[in-house]
Amino acid sequence: MTTDLQTPASPAPSVSLWRQAARTLLADKGSMTALAVLCIIVLACLLAPLYAHYVAHTDAFASNVAGSIVLNGHEVDIMQPNDNPLHLGLSPIGPTGHTAYLLGADSQGRDIAARLLYGGRNSLMISACAAVLCLFLSTLVGVTAGYFGGITDSILSRLMDIMWAVPVYLFAISLSIITVRHGLQIGPFTIEADNLLIPIIIIALVYVPYAARPVRGRVMVLRQAEFVTAARCLGVPQWRVLLFDILPNVLITLVVLGPLLMALSLLAESALSFLSLGVQAPAASWGTMIQDGEGLIYSRPVVAIAPGLAIVFVVLALNILGDGLRDALDIRNATRRSR
Amino acid sequence: MSIPAPDTTKTLLEVRHLHKTYQLPGRKTLKAVDDISFSVRQGEVLGLVGESGCGKSTLGRCLLRLLPASSGSILFDGQDITRLSERKLRPLRQRLQMVFQDSSASLNPRRRIGDLLAEPLRVHADPINGKHTADMITARLTELLDLVGLPRSALERYPHEFSGGQKQRINIARALTLSPQLIVADEPVSALDVSVQAQIINLFADLQDQLGLTYVFISHDLSVVRQISTRVAVMYLGSIVEIGETDTVLHTPAHPYTSMLTQAIPHPTKGKTGLPAITGDIPSPVSRPSGCHFHPRCPYAQAICREKAPALENVKPSHMVSCHFPLVALQKIYV
Repeated sequence: MTTDLQTPASPAPSVSLWRQAARTLLADKGSMTALAVLCIIVLACLLAPLYAHYVAHTDAFASNVAGSIVLNGHEVDIMQPNDNPLHLGLSPIGPTGHTAYLLGADSQGRDIAARLLYGGRNSLMISACAAVLCLFLSTLVGVTAGYFGGITDSILSRLMDIMWAVPVYLFAISLSIITVRHGLQIGPFTIEADNLLIPIIIIALVYVPYAARPVRGRVMVLRQAEFVTAARCLGVPQWRVLLFDILPNVLITLVVLGPLLMALSLLAESALSFLSLGVQAPAASWGTMIQDGEGLIYSRPVVAIAPGLAIVFVVLALNILGDGLRDALDIRNATRRSR
Repeated sequence: MSIPAPDTTKTLLEVRHLHKTYQLPGRKTLKAVDDISFSVRQGEVLGLVGESGCGKSTLGRCLLRLLPASSGSILFDGQDITRLSERKLRPLRQRLQMVFQDSSASLNPRRRIGDLLAEPLRVHADPINGKHTADMITARLTELLDLVGLPRSALERYPHEFSGGQKQRINIARALTLSPQLIVADEPVSALDVSVQAQIINLFADLQDQLGLTYVFISHDLSVVRQISTRVAVMYLGSIVEIGETDTVLHTPAHPYTSMLTQAIPHPTKGKTGLPAITGDIPSPVSRPSGCHFHPRCPYAQAICREKAPALENVKPSHMVSCHFPLVALQKIYV
């Protein structure tokens, strides 16, 4: 017969759509820059306990109001008299340009640079865990609603609508106010008020409608897809169709949502911590650090700006990465490239 | 593989007064399939033709219980499958398969061909040897690829690496995995290039010879149906208007609609003959014309056609038509 049969399917070795997407992503300069920035920030923060102490020579969590450091041979107090004519009050030391107190001190005399790293651990950990938990819950809700449809879908979708009708931050703040004093009790498990799990659960919960909706939409499209009909026609049981035909295709939606959700979670965590409703002292996060800097905003703006910039960089990088992932995983792009 | 010659007298599929209606908002009903009865003998190919929107795909999906029928019954090998539960239907699914029109949409883009083809074997046990072992599956997949003419390396590849014709071969292979008796092919070639169409039709024909299959072959293209069918049923607005042996129906059509459809087939030597090719659009199945549904487009329409719907009756043995003035009779009058 003709060429349709004799030629091999394609001369190049077989590649899955995932690998193709990875290639596209690797070729995308914006995404790769974002990923590099993200990796540097995450590694710097995660490895802080290993190196920060040797560089900063201070304890990032202990108050050091009476302390002093040696700068260029001179001994300098960490808390210094204000520059105003009457020399009233004390301001923490500004950026020193040395490894010790690189970015200066906060109102408690603690090293901002070191706290930035330790705070980042909490902020990044909470936002990543919240994003993963949120994706998990959204998949449960979205797949159930989208696949079974009918009354199940109506109930779940209206529930999501009700949650979505409440402004996200207001909702998160309300939940946090309830848990901030007494912690959270789920059946036999009690979570202490200062446990990081509490902001994780709250943030994951409030963003479920945000992520469940696209998942539901995707599943509704997939349920009508001809390959699902074909599977039914072959007598494949429903659970197998869900697991092997629907879920792998939903995974794209989840992967695209992941970085965006983490960015949103990071912002929510910062907002809650800024309001003292998230991470509780003595633990730090970028949000609590901004709050620490609020009182010094006119004399030592760097105390609030440094964690603020850290948030901006991470959120920006996550959004760029999310966009890149969406483009790389777009199935229409993928098939177009293969031709 | 030696397959005993199929018993061509045995009725494999019988459809009785099948209806499929959809309730639309505003108390309207859409009759996609309206009182259809026919039967398919073992080893034959029934071609189902009609314009798009005439309900042939809906009918095809009803036959496989992919859509629930509104009323009527479908008998497969003597057993009524119309209202069987999905669980009881599952063993029968092995014997009844479908090939879809869109060869890419019917293959999950995230699964390798080997995985796709093995799926039916994983969910159905072999009737004799029980659960399929990995070796049995590998052997069967190689056999299937040879059968549909694809290289063995195809197993490791993903659907997007194949052309439309190759994908349709994969679909056919998957439909054959469980050695079915009946295959409903829903426009299997209409999305393909003409040269590839011929290859796929030949493949269908070869497979029928080798495996003794029975097809219900749905197409809007008479020239495609003519190549493969032993019998043809012509559908118009949810009903069968003419059914009979392929040669009889296509050479001496009794229904004006069939006649006009045959005029639409380009012919290399003959010029245009007989009735003009069909014009106008198919009416909406929601508000179908009264009486004979074809009367607004029919050049022979009389008063009775607007009032009374004709029944599907024999004009010759094994040639049925639903028309008040079948062309066979007219030819006798005018000649």
